[in-house]
Amino acid sequence: MSEQMVAGLMLDFDEDGFMADYTVWNEEIAEQLASSIGIDPLTERHWQVITFCRNDFMEQGEPPTLRRITSESGVPTKELYQLFPKGPAKKVAYIAGLKKPTGCI
Amino acid sequence: MFEDNGRKICIICSKGTLDMAYPGLILANAALMEGIDVVMFFTFWGLNMITKKQMNRLKSTPIGNPSMAMPNGMGIPNMLGILPGMTDFSTSMMRKEIAKLDFPPVDEFVQMISDAGGQIYGCKMSMDMMKLTADDLFDDANGVVGAMEFMEMSEGAQIIFI
Repeated sequence: MSEQMVAGLMLDFDEDGFMADYTVWNEEIAEQLASSIGIDPLTERHWQVITFCRNDFMEQGEPPTLRRITSESGVPTKELYQLFPKGPAKKVAYIAGLKKPTGCI
Repeated sequence: MFEDNGRKICIICSKGTLDMAYPGLILANAALMEGIDVVMFFTFWGLNMITKKQMNRLKSTPIGNPSMAMPNGMGIPNMLGILPGMTDFSTSMMRKEIAKLDFPPVDEFVQMISDAGGQIYGCKMSMDMMKLTADDLFDDANGVVGAMEFMEMSEGAQIIFI
């Protein structure tokens, strides 16, 4: 666990470096987390993926796998890797305030 | 946590059975999801994984595989494995199990890896032997290379042979 000031709020991060409590997340936090890992600005397509992941997490209790994101969010694999280069599954979960994804696909 | 550490993995796929196609594809995809560069080199029977005609027709056989069992745990004796239709039966069973886990069929999986930036190469010598040309490979394959070129490409990479 570690604490970090993001968007004017003191947030807890788990041992993997992901937000410990997804309920305190807001859009400003997402923008700052994204910019801290080099994704700036967040476009409408980024938001489409982030929103899908948050909604899916609330239904399933797990961050979605990339396969699930590409088949259900309407953003294909190629574009997903362009939006979130070098490791999209983790980067999306990080920005969306979710825990580290563990899926194999 | 998200720094690019320049890690690179080369995966050599040499098997053409359905069950042995997946380990390479899963590892390649997992590496790409982690932000690791991936080069895949397909040689010998592994070429069936990336040829348009064969990639979705890979089969699995129970013969000579004492580990293979039905989903209920019952083994399949080799004597039964040689019966006509057993290979198709075990193939369709395995396809169903793979789909249940939401893993795509081989053609879709290879395309996914390619779309994610994975590089896909056929082995020149094996292709010559099997009378295959670059046109036989799936459309987004990156090309055909020899073993020496593969050595150049894999400099500094971790290599996995399957």
